[in-house]
Amino acid sequence: MSGAWEVRVDPIECAGHLLCVELLPERLRVDDWGYPMVDGRPVSGELLAHARRAAAACPTLALRLNRRETGKEAERG
Amino acid sequence: MSLLTDVRAPAPAVLPRLLGDAGMRAAGRARPVRRGALTTMLDAAGLRGRGGAGFPVAAKVRAVRRATGLRRPVVVANGVESEPLSHKDALLLRSFPHLVLDGLTLLAHEVGATRAYLGVAAGAVEVDDVTAALHRRPRDVEVEVVEVPHRYVASESSALLSWIDGGAAVPYVRPPWEAERGVGGRPTLVHNVETLAQVALLAYYGVHWFRAVGQPDEPGTFLLTVDGAVATRGVYEVAAGTPLADVLERAGVALDADTAVLTGGYLGRWLRGAAVRSASVSRAGMDAAGGALGAGVVHVLPPESCPLAETARVATYLAEQSAGQCGPCRYGLAALAEAMRALAWWPDADAQAANRIRRWGEMVKGRGACRHPDGAGGFLVSAVDAFADHVDGHVGHGACAAAARELRSAR
Ligand SMILES: Cc1cc2nc3c(=O)[nH]c(=O)nc-3n(C[C@H](O)[C@H](O)[C@H](O)COP(=O)(O)O)c2cc1C
Ligand code: SF4
Ligand code: SF4
Repeated sequence: MSGAWEVRVDPIECAGHLLCVELLPERLRVDDWGYPMVDGRPVSGELLAHARRAAAACPTLALRLNRRETGKEAERG
Repeated sequence: MSLLTDVRAPAPAVLPRLLGDAGMRAAGRARPVRRGALTTMLDAAGLRGRGGAGFPVAAKVRAVRRATGLRRPVVVANGVESEPLSHKDALLLRSFPHLVLDGLTLLAHEVGATRAYLGVAAGAVEVDDVTAALHRRPRDVEVEVVEVPHRYVASESSALLSWIDGGAAVPYVRPPWEAERGVGGRPTLVHNVETLAQVALLAYYGVHWFRAVGQPDEPGTFLLTVDGAVATRGVYEVAAGTPLADVLERAGVALDADTAVLTGGYLGRWLRGAAVRSASVSRAGMDAAGGALGAGVVHVLPPESCPLAETARVATYLAEQSAGQCGPCRYGLAALAEAMRALAWWPDADAQAANRIRRWGEMVKGRGACRHPDGAGGFLVSAVDAFADHVDGHVGHGACAAAARELRSAR
């Protein structure tokens, strides 16, 4: 069960402070306008603690740590 | 059930269907279908949404039915058609409002909804047409016509739901998905009005009739808005799989190696020359050629105009129409539009401009609360790809005469 996590950025809440990129460079990069890009790879093990810290540090709580849900995408339209 | 063979049904292969005899006969005559049976028919028919995303209708209906516990679901018809190059939805609402309302009612019964909304562009003439049509129908499903403000992204599904709920007509972040929590927190089914009219035809004439035209994986017909440098502009109904070249021939276009067509709409893709010839009217047929079915737009570029200047104009519009809530969309589309304007009009357009557009077009993908940046980015990248020779010309010699003319006329 522990492997299935992923980081997401809420693009409306995110104000581009980039604290998250400093705390989780393993999964986040900065785009050309100063906003974080997630690479979509799952987060697990030791990295999960870093991800939690990054999510907690986000001033607008825009960085989310979600259980990786497969099949959910199928409902969008 | 007698739904599969209806002796009164016009021959299935006779087109137009939706906009012809078949539509005329079925309009306003929807017969109730046993709960659950319509979903089965939708599955068997392989009907996909016609609002742009092309998602299977049956899957959306099922998702809403799954989410419906104690909360009554809501059905929403999207007839806003904010895409400036598309006129098919307006035509349907004006000429066949009952067919749209039949589909809406059938789907409402299917998911157990008693309340529905029909979104239409604020102040549009269609408001009167559908209002008049509603007065002549039974009130088993209460349908409210909602006028939606003029902004490109106001017709995106979450923006539409937010507006219906009394909020701003701007998209929100999902999840929660519409099917689980939409209008008033209720499970909500949102469909384009052409999709609804197709549902009405399917329910009236049956699966066999429905699938008799089109292709096994994409059956039925599509409505296309054919416009631009054509002899006969208008909304065409064509069988899925029809070569795009045939559609253009019908519209009186003499195809040559340079003919450029914007497919899908402002969030679509440019096709040119051989790619135009290889495309066919279906999602797969457009995608394979590098085009997009999108909202069914087929817009032929006038040969005398500069494609880069046209694209820059649209890019500027799309950047302005961003809801501006998401950083990558707000700043990314502004940067993309600026780069495109530089390429089109600046005397010193640099060689890197096209690469910057490719990089940024990729960078904005999936970065917003809605798909506006994805579509806009893809549209711009398709322009620098399809018109690489024009890009080279502008970079080497500055804006062409056509671009300069366009700039003057825009002032
Ligand atoms: C920027 C944007 C604008 C949209 N505008 C429309 C529109 O005007 N009409 C429409 O039916 N769908 C529009 N859509 C698609 C809707 O979000 C939604 O997918 C569609 O209404 C669902 O109907 P369908 O399943 O029948 O295609 C738009 C999407 C985006 C991203
Ligand atoms: S810390 Fe939060 S607000 Fe700042 S860039 Fe990261 S996600 Fe965005
Ligand atoms: S992606 Fe762009 S258009 Fe969509 S909600 Fe965000 S800012 Fe608005």
